[in-house]
Amino acid sequence: MDRIPILRMSEFLLVTIQVDMHDRLAMALQEDLTDQIVRHRSHGVLIDISTLEVVDSFIGRMIGNIAGMSRILDAETVVVGMRPAVAITLVELGLSLPGVRTALDVDKGMQLLRTSLHGTSNGAS
Amino acid sequence: MATAVSAEEMRPLGSSEDVVVVRQVVRALAVKLGFSLVDQTKMVTAASELARNTVDYGGGGTVRLQTITDGKRIGLRLTFEDKGPGIEDLALALKDGYTSGGGLGLGLGGAKRLSNEFEIVSRPGEGTRVSIARWR
Ligand SMILES: Nc1ncnc2c1ncn2[C@@H]1O[C@H](COP(=O)(O)OP(=O)(O)OP(=O)(O)O)[C@@H](O)[C@H]1O
Ligand SMILES: [Mg+2]
Repeated sequence: MDRIPILRMSEFLLVTIQVDMHDRLAMALQEDLTDQIVRHRSHGVLIDISTLEVVDSFIGRMIGNIAGMSRILDAETVVVGMRPAVAITLVELGLSLPGVRTALDVDKGMQLLRTSLHGTSNGAS
Repeated sequence: MATAVSAEEMRPLGSSEDVVVVRQVVRALAVKLGFSLVDQTKMVTAASELARNTVDYGGGGTVRLQTITDGKRIGLRLTFEDKGPGIEDLALALKDGYTSGGGLGLGLGGAKRLSNEFEIVSRPGEGTRVSIARWR
């Protein structure tokens, strides 16, 4: 079965969603991510959606689930790289992704997580 | 002038793979018709919602893709049809947040907001037909 890779970026986990997600893939990703958050005691998850040309309610629900699950495990989720056309469309779709923060790119997302976790963005902890 | 159809094609919707194909076909058509990037994205997102409903709740069906014109403007109309269980309470189904299947309940309302024209006909036991259109 296909799996979406989860990379370690210093103290955080990075998931890059590149394919059109099917239900099974989305479920597998949620399981894998829970495992990794616990194993690496990660406090931050970055979800890179810069290659996605469309985010519908299905993908939105998946992102929301990941964020909720991460929060329970004491990790914050930041969605990075959302395309402007996707952002505009999401507003009309009515998807608000409560509790999910966004950043322009992976670097900005890491800064955001560092500031929020350590009160500084230079990576020192 | 009334709305006229200048080209049309049909696609099957039986699985989530078909939903992916329909997204791609709608994107290609919207590009061909000269839709802006934002309008392309709106139409593909609405199509994704309705196609998924056809597969998940309608037990599969079809989508008809039509290039339309009213003499002045050109547009894209998508009609999703299934012979599934139909919808008992349309007003309820259209309400944001209502879902019978563990979704977010945003698909129908979202598709309506993302298009210029929206029409839904559903009869319990007979099936559902949802049509959306967007003008360039
Ligand atoms: N083609 C259909 N046939 C039968 N019932 C349908 C059909 N389309 C929608 N429905 C009903 O309308 C409800 C609302 O649909 P809508 O797309 O708004 O939300 P959802 O599919 O439940 O969740 P989401 O789309 O946000 O993932 C569905 O839960 C289902 O009960
Ligand atoms: Mg739906």
